Amino acid sequence: MIMQVDGVEFSYNGRHVLRNIKFSIAAGEFLAILGNNGAGKSTLIKCLNKILKPKRGTVLIDKENVFHLSRLDVARKIGYVAQRSEGGRVTVFDAVLLGRKPHIKWDVSANDLEIVQRVLALLDLEVLSLRYLDELSGGELQKVVIARALAQEPRVLLLDEPTSNLDLRNQLEVLQTVKTAAREHNLAAVVVMHDLNMALRFADKFLFLKNHTIFACGGLEIMTPENIAGVYGVPVTMATVQSIPVIVPLA
Amino acid sequence: MRQVATAENSLAYLKYTRRKVLVIAFLVFLSFLLGLYAINAGSAELTSHQVLRTLLGKGEGRALIIIWNIRLPRVLAAFIAGVGLAVSGCVMQNILRNPLASPFTLGVSQGAAFGAALAIVALGAGSIQLTVADAVLINNPYLVTFFAFSGAMAATLVIIILAGQKGFSPEAMVLAGVALGSLFSAGTIILQYFASDVQVAAIVFWTFGDIGRASWRDLEIMALVIGTAFLYFMANRWNYNALDSGEETAKGLGVNVEKVRLAGMFIASLITATIVSFLGIIGFIGLVGPHLMRRLIGGDHRFLIPAAGVMGGFLLLAADTVGRTIIAPVVLPVGAITSFMGAPMFLYLLARGSSKR
Repeated sequence: MIMQVDGVEFSYNGRHVLRNIKFSIAAGEFLAILGNNGAGKSTLIKCLNKILKPKRGTVLIDKENVFHLSRLDVARKIGYVAQRSEGGRVTVFDAVLLGRKPHIKWDVSANDLEIVQRVLALLDLEVLSLRYLDELSGGELQKVVIARALAQEPRVLLLDEPTSNLDLRNQLEVLQTVKTAAREHNLAAVVVMHDLNMALRFADKFLFLKNHTIFACGGLEIMTPENIAGVYGVPVTMATVQSIPVIVPLA
Repeated sequence: MRQVATAENSLAYLKYTRRKVLVIAFLVFLSFLLGLYAINAGSAELTSHQVLRTLLGKGEGRALIIIWNIRLPRVLAAFIAGVGLAVSGCVMQNILRNPLASPFTLGVSQGAAFGAALAIVALGAGSIQLTVADAVLINNPYLVTFFAFSGAMAATLVIIILAGQKGFSPEAMVLAGVALGSLFSAGTIILQYFASDVQVAAIVFWTFGDIGRASWRDLEIMALVIGTAFLYFMANRWNYNALDSGEETAKGLGVNVEKVRLAGMFIASLITATIVSFLGIIGFIGLVGPHLMRRLIGGDHRFLIPAAGVMGGFLLLAADTVGRTIIAPVVLPVGAITSFMGAPMFLYLLARGSSKR
């Protein structure tokens, strides 16, 4: 197990946001975090890399407690893509190079440049490499931000709704890239998602949050109409279209 | 095929960064030329030949005195102060995530003015003297400098301590700066109300930024403070780049955002307070320098910090030279000239939409 989360509890202004969170994820796995708006998905993902400090509980990465590591050491092991990203007056190459920041001592090395090139190629961003971020479309910017997290060469990749700004084609592309990266580089991906069908298609593991705690967590076997109806309060049915599983709301 | 394409890509990027270095080098060269011109220009007629001889250490008599005691320290002070104001503005705009930020946003100038006024009124550090050059003489400049510095840093420290303890957002810090600024302005007005005509004149005179006040000693202190701060800012250049992509992203990249922000605010204010307490209030360099360079070479702080610094030095030197020569022998206060340049820039920024940086 790359990451083990145990007994995480987070409260904000005395109000519980997360209670008793416990799960683990192995190298190469893609975990989808699902649940209603306000269920605490973003909060959970921020607790995993110490952006937020939970009141109780531990997060172990490679058996080390995240909360005992410095922010820089955490950044060397965990990449994070925030829900909203900002594009300033820097080029795509610069933005991805920033992902090397946790590893750079004083100046950029040839190895850093090589890693950036590789990631740009992986995400088909090479043609954009000298374009400024504030000239990109939402989808392109999202890919750049993911490229930055991959350039960090993390053991675990945390993505907060990475496809929310993307069109259908880009959604498929980005999630496929994350999945391939997880497999090939043997890293774990933890992805907050809203689209159940996309989750079904790309994730190996699923975690449902409801009322600030885990409703269900496991493999495909927990993606049942009962569980989904239980979490979202919407009756659904599941079908298979051309061997692709789909979830259809009935309400 | 792919391998070739990626190598070309990296080469194109290196070329792109080299272009930025060239821009900076060109600006340094321009500043050097401007410096030579500024040493040459002035109400006392000196030939270029005399100037060159003096700079090479072979000067004598009147030329030596004018250049060594008046013009050279003035030119160096203008450039160094411009560098300091511009790099501190550049960093403040980044850490407060506000395109209009500078140490003045935190009430540094109002604090300094209040400190100077206090020294002049309460401690009698100012008086009038009728000379051709200056109508007003600050008869104890060190006392005024010390009080101005203390006032400026008091304003900043209040905000930094509040922000550190209460976890202020950048917006709250800016608002706190506005509040403190008006508090100090009110204090200055009350002091002026009870002051004599002479003292009021001395306060007003002090408030105008004037490069001519700098002695070699002041220059050494400024260079030391600004040089050290510059190295600190450069050491944090990656942190500032990370902050530009959002607070949470920066944290995810290993940046201790709160610490970087408070330390950056402290150091930026420290250099600005040092400059202002020696030279008086000089506005807008901290705004114009960084923004011009951001347009020209982009927002990568590895290059932006030095580029903004050189641009700031160049602009302040240019403003001072204009002020000195445009209606010579009258020397216009440089603070007024920079504001003349800065105000249109400010309007331009607002018209363009302040959301983009």
